[in-house]
Amino acid sequence: MENILFLAHTEEGGTLGKPALEALTAAASLGAPMAAGLVGATAQPVLERTLAVCGAEFAESRYATDAAAAEALVRASGAQIVIAPHTSRWARCLAGVANRLGGRADTHVTAVKAEGGRISISRWFYRQRMEAEFTRTHRPWIILIEAGCYEPYRGELAGAVERVDPPSVSCRTRVEGLQTPKADEQTIRPDAKLLFVAGAGWTKKQRDGREHVQEAAQLILEFLRATQASLGSSKSLVDLSGEGQQVLPFLTHLNQVGQTGSTPRHPKGLATCCHGEEPHVVGWRFIRERRAVNIDPNCGWARGKADVVYVADAFEVMAKVNELLKV
Amino acid sequence: MPYSIVVCGSVVPDPLQTLEPVAAPSGPALKNELMLPAVLDPWAAHALYEAANLAQKTPGSKVWLVSVSPKPKLQQVMMAVAQKAPFELVPVDGSAGGFVDAYETAVALAEAIQSIPGLDRSQLLLFGGWESASRAAGVTLQIVGELLGITEQFQGVDELAIGPSGELRVWERVEGGRHQVSVCSGPPAVLGWATGNLPEPRNNPQVGMANMRTVMPALQKAKPVTVGAAGVSYLNVSLPKQQRETRVIKDWSADEIARDIVAWIRE
Repeated sequence: MENILFLAHTEEGGTLGKPALEALTAAASLGAPMAAGLVGATAQPVLERTLAVCGAEFAESRYATDAAAAEALVRASGAQIVIAPHTSRWARCLAGVANRLGGRADTHVTAVKAEGGRISISRWFYRQRMEAEFTRTHRPWIILIEAGCYEPYRGELAGAVERVDPPSVSCRTRVEGLQTPKADEQTIRPDAKLLFVAGAGWTKKQRDGREHVQEAAQLILEFLRATQASLGSSKSLVDLSGEGQQVLPFLTHLNQVGQTGSTPRHPKGLATCCHGEEPHVVGWRFIRERRAVNIDPNCGWARGKADVVYVADAFEVMAKVNELLKV
Repeated sequence: MPYSIVVCGSVVPDPLQTLEPVAAPSGPALKNELMLPAVLDPWAAHALYEAANLAQKTPGSKVWLVSVSPKPKLQQVMMAVAQKAPFELVPVDGSAGGFVDAYETAVALAEAIQSIPGLDRSQLLLFGGWESASRAAGVTLQIVGELLGITEQFQGVDELAIGPSGELRVWERVEGGRHQVSVCSGPPAVLGWATGNLPEPRNNPQVGMANMRTVMPALQKAKPVTVGAAGVSYLNVSLPKQQRETRVIKDWSADEIARDIVAWIRE
């Protein structure tokens, strides 16, 4: 069996985040000799052999420094298979690292398994429209595990940290920090149990022939506060924003779910005023229970894309829902 | 200083099309792939619009669109895209399928970029979609950057602002609906775009006519390349079970629906 390197970046205090612990579960499931490689300001031991590139310049997520650190760790470990979490930080640089090492990288991997000494992975193609299982001959093979596909590792994290010196890095980028979207409150909650999607219908003319955008905004925000749901939008709503039309004030590109947006993972999803067109619904691939409120009984949701479709006016329904949630 | 902006982007099946995998001699492919209507990859299109906008604001800048795509499909897509923004097309005639290995596509793109006459590599901004609607891997652009020796790379970019001394302030998407803001001293740099902030430009027939003067000759001279997935063995490609047994409730009052939804949320 080939040697495995579990590669992660550390959080504050040198600990591992949830996606890293999930990737560790995936790596451990292969049952092969394994070392850990950590990048960050500080590092705590994870496995008996834990290699680490530490320092202030590795605290922040930046291509040049992260790529140099990851490259040094893979070389020092001598591993043929590298398992890493698919975080924005690793997704930005590990394909470049694979190229430096003469290997390959596969991202958004949903499953990895070893059978008869052969490792294979599964991932989606064409934006979650078809799933493929495949294997590679290239080594090192860097495999980035999608968040939410494995349970976080519950074994003991212990061992000794062995420092690895990275090559000197010439870097012209400095990180200023993180910025939340220009919105009154947080609307994207990756760990929420419910995804609430607001479609373009909220901003269209209603039965009285007028738009009710303020009322729509109030209803949606009230619902989000009561349920702590994560807010998604269909592409069309985001496009309207780009074209300067009146839109819900708290929606940004980051709320977009679907073909050119995100593919979030929540146990439940409720779509409102949204037609359920395929480019949007591909973003619902990992939403297990789906319900929709739409005035059109022939909308896309009704054609096998949702479990339940309520044919009704979302303004009326959500007002009643909010009343009930207060009780 | 003017920028040399190279946008990498391929054609993908129109998102509204139904896709079905089939086994081809070279590996998995899409059923009727050559018959499917195609569009410029949506994230690459955003990158192209951002490139055109930046070039317009920075006199002397120029935009190249480099694409590894089947020539007939690319020609069809250019009829629409060429009306959106001024650029020079650098076509490479090869497969744009999702099952092609990103590394092979990246090598073909890097070679095409290196062959662009008069390209000022010191002022190069390499744009593209951070992922594609075919592989959705976010791998190709990183490798192209590495092959061109560019180690200032940004992915999931939603905004780029040029500072007074030419520094690049970049907003990249990170977890939790946030952006990481970084400042790079200047080009060369790789920017893999998410949706950006610009809407799709309106069709401009004048831009279209100007572009097509160079697009058609470039397409005729497009270099054929073989891009595949050497070293990859596909064991299985399948469609997920998409069809749910939808219960359509038409005759409930808003009160009844609200009670049902709240009970479901609280389960």
